[in-house]
Amino acid sequence: MDQLPLFNVPARWTVAELTRYLRQLLESDETLQGIWVQGEISNLARPASGHLYFTLKDSAASLRCVMWRNEVSRLRLALQDGMAVEVHGGIRVYEPQGQYQLQADAIRPLGEGALYQEFLRLKAALEAEGLFDAARKRPIPERPRLIGIVTSPTGAALRDMLNTLRRRYPLADVILAPSPVQGDEAPPGLVSALQTLNRLARPDVILLARGGGSLEDLWAFNDERVVRAVFASEAPVITGVGHETDFTLADFAADLRAPTPTAAAELATPVTMLDLQAQLTETTARLGGAMSALFERQRSLLDGLQSNLHFFSPLRRVQTERQRLDELARRGNAAQTHRLVLERSQLEGLERRLGALNPLAVLNRGYAVVTHKRDNRIVSSRLAVKFDDDLNVRVTDGEFDVRVTQ
Amino acid sequence: MGKSVDPQPVDEMAYEQAFAELEGIVSILESEQRPLEEAMALFERGQALAKRCAELLDKAEIKVRQLTGEETEDFVEE
Repeated sequence: MDQLPLFNVPARWTVAELTRYLRQLLESDETLQGIWVQGEISNLARPASGHLYFTLKDSAASLRCVMWRNEVSRLRLALQDGMAVEVHGGIRVYEPQGQYQLQADAIRPLGEGALYQEFLRLKAALEAEGLFDAARKRPIPERPRLIGIVTSPTGAALRDMLNTLRRRYPLADVILAPSPVQGDEAPPGLVSALQTLNRLARPDVILLARGGGSLEDLWAFNDERVVRAVFASEAPVITGVGHETDFTLADFAADLRAPTPTAAAELATPVTMLDLQAQLTETTARLGGAMSALFERQRSLLDGLQSNLHFFSPLRRVQTERQRLDELARRGNAAQTHRLVLERSQLEGLERRLGALNPLAVLNRGYAVVTHKRDNRIVSSRLAVKFDDDLNVRVTDGEFDVRVTQ
Repeated sequence: MGKSVDPQPVDEMAYEQAFAELEGIVSILESEQRPLEEAMALFERGQALAKRCAELLDKAEIKVRQLTGEETEDFVEE
């Protein structure tokens, strides 16, 4: 193997010879023994041996990588598939499989990989500080009067949110605090928008939102300044950043996390126009019902009072008295009649007795009353008359004159 | 509903406020015995509030303003 290959080319190669030849070629190249290679980790495998196997790839090619256990133990990164990294090492050939591979001795994050590491580090730090505590999350008001929105004034996110709010709860007013939502100016812009909104407008709830984008696009919402501003907001904050699968640190600090801007607008309006209309209809019906019931109560109360009034009425006493009077009168009349009858019969008795005492009554029995015609004196003795006296004789049915002749 | 507090004119009330008072009136009428005259007055106020609420719902429209520095101005969508 110490000859220069080009000067000693065998007529026929064994596989082992060729592989060994290639191995010598590659591993003797100093350039290839200390390189940084950029790529995305895939097919990450950690067998029980403790070594690390993965493939580093980009859009055009892939490179097998191995990292031995002692190097792995010095690794500061939690490697994951998809992570963009820079791997340091040298090219080796693994003869049994005829493969060349990068034998890694160091890995450092790159691009999204680095951002993600930063994300994890910051997340852990802020979590430890209590910024994500569930206990401090505030309830979202059911019927916001003023909804603050922090987003780009030109994005589709704003349009989506306004449409949703108009449709669901047009009673609310909206105040927009415009801010860039990506790039270096985004974090200070978002912080300032949140602060100004709280200070000047005092909204009932704030929507912090932006539409979907790459991880870098959404990165401002992982900025520590922004996360702290969300935490410090006086009004409860609902985040709606990116798509359903995107989680930002602002989401963790928010009082409520929505998967999208539209969903954030929905969560900010838990009570909708339809709810309000149904509620109003029901309450108006209850108002009428309560009044009818009240009238009903009053009417039956009144009926009761009226019958009481009737029962205790002075009119009723007058009637009673009148009835008594009638009764008395009736009884009085009866007594009177009785007395009259009595008196009449008494009178008749008296008349009879009087009749019996009438001196003329004896005439009935054939007696006569004789009187002098000249002086009407009753003749009761022979000595009272003399010859030729004119006398009057009265019998029961009349009288006649006579003359004494003897 | 004491006589000491002048009730706010219904026409000036926001929806939430009007509805809250309406609910209060309904629960008073449903649960308390009030003199008929007072109940009638409450009922009439309740009717006015319900009408106000219905009107507000009918014509509700979101007003959008935007912060510009320390000021606010109407926001015109592009």
